[in-house]
Amino acid sequence: MDFVGLLTHYDVVGAFWVNIQLTLWSALFSTILGVILVLMRISPVGSLRGFATGFVRFFQNMPLTILMVFLLLGAFVQLRLQFSSDFTTNFYWLAITGLSLYTSTYVCESLRSGINTVPIGQAEAARSLGFGFFQSAFLIILPQALRGAIAPLGNTLIALMKNTTVAAAAAVASETSSLMNTMIEANADQILTIFLIFAIGWVILIIPVGLLTTYLSNHLAVRR
Amino acid sequence: MAETAAAQKNAQITRTAHSQGEEPASARPLVELDHVEKWYGELHVLRDINLKVSKGEVVVVLGPSGSGKSTMCRTINRLERIDSGVILIDGHPLPQEGRELTRLRQKVGMVFQSYNLFAHRTILDNVTLAPRKVLHRPKAEAEKEARELLSRVGVEAQAAKYPAQLSGGQQQRVAIARALAMHPDVLLFDEPTSALDPEMVGEVLNVMTDLAREGMTMICVTHEMGFARQVADRIVFMADGQILETGTPEQFFEHPQTDRAKDFLSKILNH
Repeated sequence: MDFVGLLTHYDVVGAFWVNIQLTLWSALFSTILGVILVLMRISPVGSLRGFATGFVRFFQNMPLTILMVFLLLGAFVQLRLQFSSDFTTNFYWLAITGLSLYTSTYVCESLRSGINTVPIGQAEAARSLGFGFFQSAFLIILPQALRGAIAPLGNTLIALMKNTTVAAAAAVASETSSLMNTMIEANADQILTIFLIFAIGWVILIIPVGLLTTYLSNHLAVRR
Repeated sequence: MAETAAAQKNAQITRTAHSQGEEPASARPLVELDHVEKWYGELHVLRDINLKVSKGEVVVVLGPSGSGKSTMCRTINRLERIDSGVILIDGHPLPQEGRELTRLRQKVGMVFQSYNLFAHRTILDNVTLAPRKVLHRPKAEAEKEARELLSRVGVEAQAAKYPAQLSGGQQQRVAIARALAMHPDVLLFDEPTSALDPEMVGEVLNVMTDLAREGMTMICVTHEMGFARQVADRIVFMADGQILETGTPEQFFEHPQTDRAKDFLSKILNH
């Protein structure tokens, strides 16, 4: 089978689309969870701070593959937690769960590094004007923190995109690294070509994200 | 000595009055600090602070660096906690945390040394944000008043700019307009001119002087002796976390009672 044959016989573009979808869903959920975690970490309530710190330490220091295998074999097979009776759908959402839990800790820490760039006076001014905790956080602190955290958040997004290939460990069979293995199994004489198809595909996908991150972090920086 | 005794007597009178029920609103002080104490670890930063500020009064707090005057100012809207004593705003004790405190802070405006304008918002937004989000006033109404306030402090032409595009003096005047937009009962100034270039001090002091003339209740921590002498109704002199003297500007500047005050005045007035 030649290069064109490989591309027509296998749905390479479809496989990349699966990774992109996993990225988008996981980015959405990990952003929501990451914001909740960072709010807990800066809250005046000690127990919330403690919980968030523990959560971040736990999931940030666990290898993603271990987390994925646990969700598949532990949460699903052993504990019978499932999103859907359809295996494909179930594995897909288990993978998003794992990616979101893992990535949310990096979103939280990126935002926290951003919060550290916001002078304490901004929070004091907000409080002295009568803003409550959530108003201060969402109107004053987080908008500025976000602009200071674009570079680490961009890196987190890039890491997330690449980490979606670990979904193979949660038995998502249609994504790129699984398809690459399938293609190599059947076309052992084309290993180099197959490898290059996926490697170059990923590089093309990720370079614009890096460029956009750099552009945004330069243009959205808060001038003081 | 006589001052301390008088203060204690005042405090006793106040406590008696409280135990007998609510005083009439006109008689009670707008801001009252009663036996306030604060420590930073081992450091005793506020020692038995007793202070009453009436409506419309302009109190200027003077004292050497590290005397606790900024800390005292910040305790009044609870940016700093106190370890014992009571702070009353319009007769109501300062609440601990949460919604009650938020509501009370709306009545106590604050102007900071480093302006602390919201760096990611325009000048107009800086002034309208709290009225809109905290007092839930309609945007058009809040913007109309904001423009009036900005023109009152002389920066209406900068409304669409961001804080970093303004000079320090302009930023500080915006900060005053932002505090006024909440219609506070009292304004706290925490060294409002200390971070400014010398040629910009005047424009900020002029705005503060106008406010004082219009009857705003003000507590100002400052090193501006000219302002203290001309605008203050009362000078409070602090050193080592204590209030050592209170009196009219004339009493304080012409006839300081304590050695600390004499020393302080000799250092700043002989140049």
